Amino acid sequence: MKFVDEFRDPAAARALVKSITELATGDEFKFMEVCGGHTHTIYRHGIEHLLPESVELVHGPGCPVCVIPMGRVDDAMWLAEQPGVIFTTFGDMMRVPGSQGSFFDAKAAGTDIRMVYSPLDSLKIARQNPDKQVVFMAIGFETTAPSTAMTMLRAAAAGLSNFSVFCNHVTIVPAIKAILDSPDLRLDGFIGPGHVSTVIGCRPYEFIARDYGKPVVVAGFEPLDILQSIYMLMLQLSQGRSEVENQYSRVVPWDGNLVALKAIGETMELRPYFEWRGLGFISHSALQVREKYAAMDAERLFQVPGVRVADPKACQCGEVLKGVLKPWECKVFGTACTPETPIGTCMVSPEGACAAYYNFGRMNRTRVAEAAQAGRS
Amino acid sequence: MCLGIPGQVVDIVDAEQALAKVDVNGVRRNISVRLLTDDNLKIGDWVLVHVGFAMAKIDEREAAMTLDQVQKMGADYANEIEAFNSSEIA
Repeated sequence: MKFVDEFRDPAAARALVKSITELATGDEFKFMEVCGGHTHTIYRHGIEHLLPESVELVHGPGCPVCVIPMGRVDDAMWLAEQPGVIFTTFGDMMRVPGSQGSFFDAKAAGTDIRMVYSPLDSLKIARQNPDKQVVFMAIGFETTAPSTAMTMLRAAAAGLSNFSVFCNHVTIVPAIKAILDSPDLRLDGFIGPGHVSTVIGCRPYEFIARDYGKPVVVAGFEPLDILQSIYMLMLQLSQGRSEVENQYSRVVPWDGNLVALKAIGETMELRPYFEWRGLGFISHSALQVREKYAAMDAERLFQVPGVRVADPKACQCGEVLKGVLKPWECKVFGTACTPETPIGTCMVSPEGACAAYYNFGRMNRTRVAEAAQAGRS
Repeated sequence: MCLGIPGQVVDIVDAEQALAKVDVNGVRRNISVRLLTDDNLKIGDWVLVHVGFAMAKIDEREAAMTLDQVQKMGADYANEIEAFNSSEIA
């Protein structure tokens, strides 16, 4: 563990917190992270509580499971129920509630739904079941899209005709732009996503710095990575700069992964628009299968209903995803909505802000309640 | 699902299909290294593994840090490893 220690060095953390505190004079600072992994690190290590009160971290729509609207879940369920279909999906999706229950419920009722680790496992199921249509529910940001793309290319090369993709891949940059254009929230900068950036690189964020004047620092997943990124954001602000910086250069190349980008570009194209839970319809914010690969597009092979379903009334995932509400400010957080019986998606995925907060933050929530109580009495 | 878990390349299984065997904390499974075509992966190299694909080449130091970090995730890490164990990519 000799390598780990230097990234967990309490003295280094203290020095960074001191530097951040020195820069946090006068104004209030709000930074958004848009990566579920960062949310997880922040809660696990209590980073919010190390920072001066004037520096606030806001959790954005960084969890791909969380942003899928309920209508898409219902469409997926409909696909799974079609005769001759084997429906395959990542384990994360299994507990996500559709309007008629979850994939687990449908599986228990006899629908052929199988959990897979990789799209390549779906492909193998397709090879083993030539008389069935094997549909893979593709979800994820640009981190995961290359894996779907490469699997499609392999299926095409093998001439496989019974493998298809229900494509729900989303792209992070239009979501960031939607948040910047929304009047709900004033942000001072962004902690850029780590894994997404290994694929897309750092250039796609340049418009944020250039057109919106907000600094972006692409960050790693260690607690010190997060602290250093916050310091880099504060330093830029104090010097009147707004640039894209790469704190995670040990993993993220500035130009991304060209092989991965090429595979995505070959098999998929931007949708005119896509509905995000909480954010509504966002232009060019998701990917669909290109016409050339229509034979692998479940939305073309089947007449998917394309239903729109409103979120449950009690659920405030939308506000949480936009960063307007903190998880514990949601009416049903930790009471009606828990990881065991989630109402909203943010409580389902371990990368969701609510699940992360529920798992690590109950102490803090109690403290919030106590503070509220003290304020009333 | 979004987890990137460090694995060490222990064998190139199928060069044409870009399949390599990686060791993730003692468990060995096949993954695709097609996305790292430009990295000239060799046996002994470390990669970040995500949904059956190597998504980035990393050094040993980064691998140790990431492993320590994801192991601390508890049930989420256990689920990810269970999923990895169930994988039969060929």
